[in-house]
Amino acid sequence: MRVLVGVKRVIDFAVKVRVKPDKTSVVTDNVPHSMNPFDEIALEEAVKLKEANHAKEIVAFSLGPAKNQEILRTALAKGADKAIHLEVDDATYQKVEPFHVAQAIAKLAKDEKFDLVFLGKQAIDDDANQTGQLVAGFLNWPQATFASKVETEGTSHLKVTREIDGGLETIKVKLPAVLTADLRLNEPRYATLPNIMKAKKKPIDKKTPKDLGLDLTSQTEVLEVSEPPTRKGGEFVEDVPTLVKKLKEKGAL
Amino acid sequence: MFKLSKRLFSTLKFKRGDFARLVDSDITHFESIVGKENVKTTELDLYNTDWMKSFKGNSTCVLLPQTAQQVSAILKHCFHRYLAVVPQSGNTGLVGASVPVFDEIILSTSKLRNNFNLDLSSGILECDSGFILEELESRLAPQGYIMPIDLGAKGSCLIGGNVATAAGGIRFIRYGSMHSNVLGLQVALADQNGTLLELGTGLRKDNSGLHSHHLFVGSEGQLGIITGIKMLVAPKPTSICSMWLGTDSFEKCQKILREAKTKLGEVLSAFEFLDAETLRCLKENENLDKPLETASKYNLLIETSGSNPVHDMEKVDGFLSYCLENELAKDGILAKNQTEASYLWKLRETATLALMHDGYVYKNDVSLPLKYYYELTDVVRERLGDKAIRVINYGHLGDGNAHLNITTKKFSQEVYDLLYPFIYKWVTEKGGSISAEHGIGQLKKPYIHLGKHEKELSLNKELKKIFDPKGILNPYKMIDL
Repeated sequence: MRVLVGVKRVIDFAVKVRVKPDKTSVVTDNVPHSMNPFDEIALEEAVKLKEANHAKEIVAFSLGPAKNQEILRTALAKGADKAIHLEVDDATYQKVEPFHVAQAIAKLAKDEKFDLVFLGKQAIDDDANQTGQLVAGFLNWPQATFASKVETEGTSHLKVTREIDGGLETIKVKLPAVLTADLRLNEPRYATLPNIMKAKKKPIDKKTPKDLGLDLTSQTEVLEVSEPPTRKGGEFVEDVPTLVKKLKEKGAL
Repeated sequence: MFKLSKRLFSTLKFKRGDFARLVDSDITHFESIVGKENVKTTELDLYNTDWMKSFKGNSTCVLLPQTAQQVSAILKHCFHRYLAVVPQSGNTGLVGASVPVFDEIILSTSKLRNNFNLDLSSGILECDSGFILEELESRLAPQGYIMPIDLGAKGSCLIGGNVATAAGGIRFIRYGSMHSNVLGLQVALADQNGTLLELGTGLRKDNSGLHSHHLFVGSEGQLGIITGIKMLVAPKPTSICSMWLGTDSFEKCQKILREAKTKLGEVLSAFEFLDAETLRCLKENENLDKPLETASKYNLLIETSGSNPVHDMEKVDGFLSYCLENELAKDGILAKNQTEASYLWKLRETATLALMHDGYVYKNDVSLPLKYYYELTDVVRERLGDKAIRVINYGHLGDGNAHLNITTKKFSQEVYDLLYPFIYKWVTEKGGSISAEHGIGQLKKPYIHLGKHEKELSLNKELKKIFDPKGILNPYKMIDL
């Protein structure tokens, strides 16, 4: 089984995001970035499949500007065998949508005959939760999203436990398929020194949108980006009767 | 949470000095200075007890002034009445310097927190001494600055105490000591006027007289009370990188330090050490797993801070390649996001707390020439055999400062006698310091003479007499009159 893992470079999870004064987007200059946490989890699961001899090769993919190389190097250090970088300039990247990324991944999956496309369930910057589903749609492949457990069923199927509103749902999908990773699937490993050194020798193939016949026409337009309303401070009350009165006033009781 | 551990110092049985005792008219007078709500006479356990719960005083009065003028008025009154005073900042010290021994009045600086003034171009902060360190850090961050010190107690310690104890911490290797950063102090003296004095100017360069403000850095409340501070703060780095290396030879640790200084150069911002026993303690007591798959006797946590991630990563890459290729490190990891980096730092920062679960901790904080840094740990381990639960060593290897900690279930006089004065003598013989960061306070007072010339100690006494003529500030501790 050959696995294609999509990885996105996002503002680091721990960073407090600030909106630009012109309300067009968030501040990214001089802000720490790292691999989207759900993509880390997807990559970790793919590497585990390889270590269990269920997968033969893991290829990491990222669409983005030159800086995305760093994320691909991380993916290589964490167990991917090869990487593909679909490079676009910063200005173009601002307008890239899940729709475009999904097209690129679908094309690669088809052309290079991957058996499994493994993505994070959503990116922590746009929270779109669309790419995996779109890829499955473009390829007409089965999809198992929000995976919290992945098991093999012979060499032709995967048994996937999914996190859904009501609890857990277990489904069986026939390969080739698209999976998206949820939080509880696994705990990603660190990039160890020996693996970081080995990763330097692993190849990163460069591709352009033209190579994949990718049409980057925008489907949507961002009108405004603004912060959520600031939380107002609470107030102290003197005694329980006052508390009850206030709660009633606010309609909580 | 933790039971009050047995106080150990039968060796420290002093008599109470002949200071006056508090009477009602003193309380009334204090109330007129700071306001009734800022004079506490009940529920004083937290103020009377140190963080380690090793020392407990019997003060019946805690004062909470909000201005330097109020501090001055309090000290003036105490001078005239001959009342002993313990200046108390965050009360996070580890040597019992911040709590009373008898019934000394506690003067808490925790409400001295009005004035805050940051000069953005010079990077000079002027503020009252009662701000919590972490609070200062949060206020500086949006302006693009950080405090030059960072320590485990940051959520509770106050900047005045940090200055009075010359606090060290994790950023020391990059930003230097409190001496490097303090440019001026406002102090209140315990003299007949409660004199408020501005020492130093808050300018980067000023050679217009003796640099008296530096006397107060690390003075442990012996010379006066610090009410205001002018200090350098550092530009906030935008690119931070954390890595963990494992090696089995201490000699290699020293070589790695040397390589870090040359190859990482000006972006090196932390170089911390944890031995395997520390990691075992973290796992057993806090269920924190070690970050490396392989077990390593010695672990290094190294951080770089800079303004250009590409530049910094190149340096880090060169450094890590060198360490691996030359077999200085046998394993290691590079944190790839802030969550991973936070975990590595969590291990280092939780070490102190993890120890407490064992029961009783004999804490040591020593500076040693690097070649002896770990030797003491092995020597103590052998000396104690199975009398201790564990002997662990973690600390600021980059500064030659080791936190050697021994734990037992309960305080044991036998273990204590095996450790002291043995450790202090060993350290001073090897040219080290018995207290790198933590200070003297009550804990190390019996050993303050080790490795010191008589004349130095008598000069310190003379200095104290000049600043604190009646000796009412923090008696029974670092300097006796």
